[in-house]
Amino acid sequence: MSVKQISVFLENKPGALKKMTGVLAAHEIDMRAISMVETRDFGIARIVVDDPISAVNILKEADFVSNLNSVLVVEIPDEPGGLDKLINIFADAEVNIEYMYAVSGHKSTKSACMIFRVADTKAAEARLVAKGLKILTQDDVMKI
Amino acid sequence: MERYYQEEIECAPYEKIREIQSEKLVKQVKHVWDNVPYYRKKMEDKGVTPEDIKSVDDLKKLPFLSKADLRDAYPYGLLGMPLKDCVRIHSTSGTTGKRVVAYYTQHDVDLWEDCCARALTAAGATNEDVVQVAYGYGLFTGGAGLHGGSHKVGSLTIPISSGNTDRQIMFAMDLSATILCCTPSYAAYLGERMKELGYGPGDIPLKAGIFGAEAWSEEMRKDIEKTLGIKAFDIYGLTELSGPGVAFECSAQSGMHINEDHFIAEIIDPDTEEVLPEGSVGELVFTAVDKEAFPMIRYRTKDICKLTREKCSCGRTHIKMAKPMGRSDDMLIIRGVNVFPSQIETVLMNNGYAANYQIIVDRVNNTDTFDVQVEMTPEMFTDNIGEIEARQRKLSDDLKAMLGIKAKVSLLAPKSIARSEGKAVRVVDKRKI
Repeated sequence: MSVKQISVFLENKPGALKKMTGVLAAHEIDMRAISMVETRDFGIARIVVDDPISAVNILKEADFVSNLNSVLVVEIPDEPGGLDKLINIFADAEVNIEYMYAVSGHKSTKSACMIFRVADTKAAEARLVAKGLKILTQDDVMKI
Repeated sequence: MERYYQEEIECAPYEKIREIQSEKLVKQVKHVWDNVPYYRKKMEDKGVTPEDIKSVDDLKKLPFLSKADLRDAYPYGLLGMPLKDCVRIHSTSGTTGKRVVAYYTQHDVDLWEDCCARALTAAGATNEDVVQVAYGYGLFTGGAGLHGGSHKVGSLTIPISSGNTDRQIMFAMDLSATILCCTPSYAAYLGERMKELGYGPGDIPLKAGIFGAEAWSEEMRKDIEKTLGIKAFDIYGLTELSGPGVAFECSAQSGMHINEDHFIAEIIDPDTEEVLPEGSVGELVFTAVDKEAFPMIRYRTKDICKLTREKCSCGRTHIKMAKPMGRSDDMLIIRGVNVFPSQIETVLMNNGYAANYQIIVDRVNNTDTFDVQVEMTPEMFTDNIGEIEARQRKLSDDLKAMLGIKAKVSLLAPKSIARSEGKAVRVVDKRKI
């Protein structure tokens, strides 16, 4: 089961990100992961939250342009070589990664999460599961 | 010693000029009545016939022409001669993508080149000069006009056209160019580039420049004169009337003499269309009294300016116009190119953007900057940066194709464009001219 990620368009100027985090904070949206990409004059914030549908509506109310898309979330052991093993499985399954980012877990649980964006989420998921990989659900993500 | 290209007419007494104008106007109105049904209908609607026009005093009875008429009558509606007698066209971008196409007979080209020759001579050109024409050649009138004028004067003409700055400098130095013709911003840029290459005003023999097609200030004139070591002259014109040379500056450098034997100038109130007395600030209206193929009568330029007929130290008697102070429509002149906000709107719509945009024009180091800011829409947004950037590039390319100049396209957050009383401000012109 893939997880819903929200991509938010942000102007590349002081205060743009603050406006977004402010709106989410005011509505008590719980963010589990965030990644930023930028070009010279705009950026995209990619976030994973507890309630994606509400978050999208709240952002829309506040005049943000955003969209929902699917990402694959995988838990990995937080130890040297953890990511390497995981990426190996992607290579074996011939899944091309468009981008990815990490959510580090607690040191106590000894695990971290990787979030992957791929071209065809469903097909990639099937191939990865066939290789024995566990793909996290929205509920799993909330427990990280 | 002031030099003239056609001294007899350039320094004729006012009464003589009026006489020539009246005689040509009567003939021109007859010509238009007989050959331009579009304008004839306008006259009929106003109840005016050629018999009503006996002298310049009757000019105010005639109907106006505007850019909207040029659009309505495009492409042949205002043609005054059979195409077999026309030898050339020139063109400028118009609103919503429709171009203005102006036609010329050989006679029209001749009188236009005469006007440019007068401007060059006033700037000091003789047959011993080398004139570097760095205006664009092609549909734009700048290159062709000064090129023809330079031939008439007998100067050695370098038809280098615009662009390729280092080559411009090399030619100017190697061939000892003495007179430079281009837009003022390009002249300033050439000066900057020369400085970068380590050349000073003493390294090139340039003595004068004729700069037009865009607004420039006295400060900019001083800058250019200092960096290039020349005297900088202003020139005015528009494609509808022929091109550059409708008016030009003389050694007095205090306004441009209008070539009154070819163009009658009036100043009107842009709202009431009433003719204003000499010295008033208003919209400039021109009547081309001896152009055959594209005989504009009472053409509203939308340029706001002022006319004065005082004795000029150069000896010329033709009326002088001040630099235009602004426009009575929303046209912008950016790097010498006419830009209408509606053109930008068209490109945005074609690209799937909402018409939520702002044009920001500024002048940095004497060169116009041109930014088009567009609000991002949910339809145009994707999680894929490459795709957004590709769309941004396509928008920029389409704007270049429509306008002929490059714009920097920026994407803004929704509703970030300033709105005053619910109405978005489309144009922010920060240039101090």
